[in-house]
Amino acid sequence: MSEPIVKFQDVHKSFGDIKVLKGINLDIKPAEKVAVIGPSGSGKTTIIRMLMTLEEPTSGDIIVDSTNLWKMEKKGKMVKANEKHLRQVRGDIGMVFQHFNLFPHMTILENCMTAPIHVKKENKEEVRERAIQMLDRVGLGDKLNNYPSQLSGGQKQRVAMARALVMRPKIMLFDEVTSALDPELVGEVLEVIRDIAKHDDMAMVLVTHEMDFALDIADKVLFLDEGVIAEQGTASQVIEHSTNERLQGFLHRFRR
Amino acid sequence: MNFTYWSWDTFFDALPFVLQGLGITVGLTITCYLFALTFGFVWTFLRRVPNKAFNWIVTWTMEFIRSTPPLVQLFFIYYAWPMIPGVGFALNPFASAVLGLGIHFSTYVGEIYRSGIESVDKGQWEASRALNFTTLDKWKKIILPQAIPPTIPMLGNYFIIMFKEVPLASTIGVAGIMLMANTYGAQNWAYLEPLTIVGIIFLVLSYPSAVLIKKLEVKMNTRFDKNAAVKSDQKGAVM
Ligand SMILES: Nc1ncnc2c1ncn2[C@@H]1O[C@H](COP(=O)(O)OP(=O)(O)O)[C@@H](O)[C@H]1O
Ligand SMILES: [Mg+2]
Repeated sequence: MSEPIVKFQDVHKSFGDIKVLKGINLDIKPAEKVAVIGPSGSGKTTIIRMLMTLEEPTSGDIIVDSTNLWKMEKKGKMVKANEKHLRQVRGDIGMVFQHFNLFPHMTILENCMTAPIHVKKENKEEVRERAIQMLDRVGLGDKLNNYPSQLSGGQKQRVAMARALVMRPKIMLFDEVTSALDPELVGEVLEVIRDIAKHDDMAMVLVTHEMDFALDIADKVLFLDEGVIAEQGTASQVIEHSTNERLQGFLHRFRR
Repeated sequence: MNFTYWSWDTFFDALPFVLQGLGITVGLTITCYLFALTFGFVWTFLRRVPNKAFNWIVTWTMEFIRSTPPLVQLFFIYYAWPMIPGVGFALNPFASAVLGLGIHFSTYVGEIYRSGIESVDKGQWEASRALNFTTLDKWKKIILPQAIPPTIPMLGNYFIIMFKEVPLASTIGVAGIMLMANTYGAQNWAYLEPLTIVGIIFLVLSYPSAVLIKKLEVKMNTRFDKNAAVKSDQKGAVM
């Protein structure tokens, strides 16, 4: 058994007086594909936002590749991580957002090239080649010089995936990446994720409402409910054979 | 009252005299503007310092500068500042005008930058963070390139507004077209023609600037959005 690449240890998160997460414990192995399901407002987004360093946990530890993400050692004591520490750890993580968040002032190719060049200081020609390959892979090789505003939602989301993948993260986070799309565009995006999940060996955490999709690609499914992981196991255990009543109620609403 | 009637002889006599000040007027406008554009960033970033007391001080300093007439500020810098023991020192009229008008307008420019920055979608900051940009690169590559272009028409308007305030500098002895016209008037007891010339010069320079700004506005809005040309037309007129 390999060491987990991500560990949540008793992680709590509150916004003001509202306790959103109440003790999350979670291990993610390298290359493991984890689907997170649960009712709206149960804290799914918050979990991956903490991992992406967009939100700071109120308490508990998040360990990424053996390094504490939000804390660092200073004079023998663990203190709050500074931006330098966060930058070091964050380099292993990539994220695809619900609303794409492409850079509107850059072409699609530039969107995919800017971070490897400016953040990782990679060679521009190599990055260009890799970015083009990646855009080809998500089916947008013929749109390299278009701007995001000229694309459909599904195309934008595929660019967003290419942009994250060119950074070669060890962990990829997907936050309901199809829920802002018109129904007829969902399939093309899921197809790309399926392809990535089958062929790439990075860990993936997907917040999703697509149960069949989760069943198909996830090694592990977490059911998040009222701030805790109420149920976890293989996709078939959780989605098809669980006896948890709230989970069944939840699934019932989604499988119609 | 002693009226002087219009004379084309006086007009053509005054024209070259007044035009001698044109270089200074245009030069002062451009220098003040560049100063304001640069110093505006200082305000913008000072206001972003996450400290309540500091923020309060910066906000009220800006408010104070904005609510005081530029003429008072000009006089203060030129006449009063040199008299303050310890910190004060004398500045020539041109430098005083650059500082006075430049600082005054930088507070407006700072507000414009702020509105531009606030108009950038929250998701852009998050994507920059997710892609691990440094703070400096985030501003340089992602935030400012989106924040500034939409403000260019507004910044352009301030160029014209500022141009029209530059004659104030004649009161502290900057020899632009306004001072030249005044001097001509005093020497020849003929104010109508030289001041008319000043008016014409302002019209001739402002109007094309306004048209240019309008063009820029459309260009900025269509830079990465083919459908935006329509939107910018609805957004309203220049000036
Ligand atoms: N920045 C925030 N400030 C205040 N409350 C927040 C913030 N982000 C999320 N919340 C609250 O936390 C709860 C969980 O949110 P979220 O993680 O987005 O849930 P989910 O993704 O499962 O729908 C919700 O009640 C939401 O209103
Ligand atoms: Mg969510």
